[in-house]
Amino acid sequence: MSPSDGSSPTYHTIVALVRDQPGVLSRVSGVIRRRNFNIASLSVGHSEQEGLSRMTFVVYGDDEVAEQVTKQLRKLVDVVKVSDITRENIVARELALIKVRATPQTRSEIIQLVDIFRANIVDVAPESLIIEVTGDEDKIESLIRLLRSFGIREVMRSGRLAMMRGMPAEAEGGARERGESA
Amino acid sequence: MKKSGAQLVCEALLREGVEVVFGIPGGAILPLYQTLPQYPHLRHILTRHEEGAAMAADGYARVTGKVGVCWATSGPGATDLITGIANAMMDSVPVVAITGQVSRKAIGTDAFQETDIIGICLPITKHSYQVWRAADLPRVVKEAFVIASTGRPGPVLIDIPKDVFTEQAEAEFPETVEIPGHRPVLEGHPAQLRRAVRLIQEARRPLILAGHGVLISRAWDELRAFAEKTGIPVITTLLGISAFPADHVLYVGMPGMHGAAYASLAIDEADLLIALGMRFDDRVTGNLEAFARGAKVIHVDIDPAEIGKNRKADVPIVGDVRHVLRQLLPIVPHSSYPQWLARIEQLKREHPLRVPDSKGLLPQEIIEHLSDITGGRAIITTGVGQHQMWAAQFYKFVEPNLFLTSGGLGAMGYEVPSAIGAQIGRPDKMVWSIAGDGGFQMTMCELATVVENRLPIKFAIINNRSLGMVRQWQQVFYQRSYVASCYECNPDFVKLAEAYGIRALRVTDRKQVRTAIEEACEHPGPVLVDFLVEQEENVYPFIPPGMSVKELIEDPRLRSPQAERML
Ligand SMILES: Cc1ncc(C[n+]2csc(CCOP(=O)(O)OP(=O)(O)O)c2C)c(N)n1
Repeated sequence: MSPSDGSSPTYHTIVALVRDQPGVLSRVSGVIRRRNFNIASLSVGHSEQEGLSRMTFVVYGDDEVAEQVTKQLRKLVDVVKVSDITRENIVARELALIKVRATPQTRSEIIQLVDIFRANIVDVAPESLIIEVTGDEDKIESLIRLLRSFGIREVMRSGRLAMMRGMPAEAEGGARERGESA
Repeated sequence: MKKSGAQLVCEALLREGVEVVFGIPGGAILPLYQTLPQYPHLRHILTRHEEGAAMAADGYARVTGKVGVCWATSGPGATDLITGIANAMMDSVPVVAITGQVSRKAIGTDAFQETDIIGICLPITKHSYQVWRAADLPRVVKEAFVIASTGRPGPVLIDIPKDVFTEQAEAEFPETVEIPGHRPVLEGHPAQLRRAVRLIQEARRPLILAGHGVLISRAWDELRAFAEKTGIPVITTLLGISAFPADHVLYVGMPGMHGAAYASLAIDEADLLIALGMRFDDRVTGNLEAFARGAKVIHVDIDPAEIGKNRKADVPIVGDVRHVLRQLLPIVPHSSYPQWLARIEQLKREHPLRVPDSKGLLPQEIIEHLSDITGGRAIITTGVGQHQMWAAQFYKFVEPNLFLTSGGLGAMGYEVPSAIGAQIGRPDKMVWSIAGDGGFQMTMCELATVVENRLPIKFAIINNRSLGMVRQWQQVFYQRSYVASCYECNPDFVKLAEAYGIRALRVTDRKQVRTAIEEACEHPGPVLVDFLVEQEENVYPFIPPGMSVKELIEDPRLRSPQAERML
């Protein structure tokens, strides 16, 4: 939507602190849909403060697109704080549940893979296993790739969760202020 | 002492200084209506359509600077408000809309007259509430007024289930509310202000682009002082019209698709644009890539999301225009740009905006006479289309905040109800509604509201027996294939007005124009003048959508030999 500033498009990680109000998710997703932003993932859950939730967005676009996303989100009354933390020192994780076909012949091979990836087996059934894995997207992608030959039945991914290293509250405030005066 | 939800709403509104509410009753909102007799200071204006209520609240808000309030019943009443709410959103007008809703236990069951009005209005409201406990009403109303009127203003919706209106509750009225996600920045950042001053000092052909933000923040005195101290000429956008006096030596005009050619050309030659509360709308810029390529930009806006959205700013300043101008005034240099002003004068001579010669009656001359007779001091409302552009071009506003038009949404039908809101908000002012015969028919039911409330509004119907702007586009872009744009049947507007008890005149000849306008001005009550104008008259100049000033089409009848050479 906004003209490109020449920066090459990439995945931006944006975190938002929002009030737990009815409809807040549709407000947030509505802004994103209406403004034609390209969302790669969105995850939500309660924060450490009562009445507030945290959302992590992954948006694909150049810097100007990411800036517009944060500015448009910041306009929502229920959005208390938004920061693009892509260039900050962050920890980013995703959780995936993978249901894979497992026969008596393949089972031990799968268990070996699970060990290498430091993943967990959380359900064992006669013909399948459910594997729980956390890590960055690359790690999850590669595990899924390796499991594919066994026959994947179902994959459930949480979308990215991200947090800044160090003292997040302070640093987040800094990122916010930079955005506002920019 | 316990009070009903309906009583709490009325009291909360009175505490916000509300004097008037526009609306129409219905089942879900009836409990609120039935408490009105207890609150004689809350004046209710019964409109004939909810769109009229929403747009009247919008017009009232624009002229008074206060929050406009409208309400409607659930379902169809609520959906009828939508165009007015969207209009307030697009033009940043503070409006609080209250809708009745079906009872709490019926919500979600597709009950009779149930509509998810919150869901429908999500993209066209600044914020919204559905209230589930009567005790919350005072706080919600307070928050709604704060959100609607501060920062970048906009509409806030409060949806109230019928049984919440009747619920008895003990409630306190908060003096202040804490809204963590709503902290508008008013003052500009000092470092950015210093950078702005430096850019201004370096500029040789600077221009001020004044938008609606100047009027919203009521910064017309500051704008004038700033322009006079710096000597920088002023351009106003459609919604910025009347932010700067049209008879001032530094006034240039309106640019853009149907703006004055010289204003668009001046932007093209400028080396600095000081954008004040305007958002580089495509009707102003045309092709963004070609827009003001040689100019640096200082962009002042209270909404950070507007800065850099369409046009990159060299100096972004987040803040309220009035505050920022007050900060800038003492630190900007005294200056003047005689060469630049002479160049703009030359552009004005070479690309004049004046009424072309014609045998038939032209809308442009009607507006020129109207401007002359009212001295540029009447409140003018318009619909959308050709008459709107002619009003913007030919009415010379010499006082601030007199021009009410649907800029962002471009909603036909705005001309009549906005005049009602304006006249109620400013009973001291003469209000002229310049209407298209198309748009007028969308809300002309509100003539009853005009009469019922003894509003002395003057209506000038620019009657071209067509959807003029559509017809013009068909002429230019579709080889005169006039599909569904010329009316075969219009009502007799004079008889129609008379049926409502409104004095009415018809003008077919240019010799009658002045006397008709004068007669309307002198008559103490409402008057409608039906001006039968040329059907095929076009609005010039015209920069086709997506094009730049290089593709500007001027009125062939006005082309001076000099201009001819330039083209
Ligand atoms: C509610 C609405 N419907 C349709 C349009 C599209 N439209 C833009 S201008 C126009 C013609 C307006 O005709 P009229 O009100 O007679 O004014 P004129 O252009 O003739 O001055 C139309 C149909 C609109 N702007 N608003």
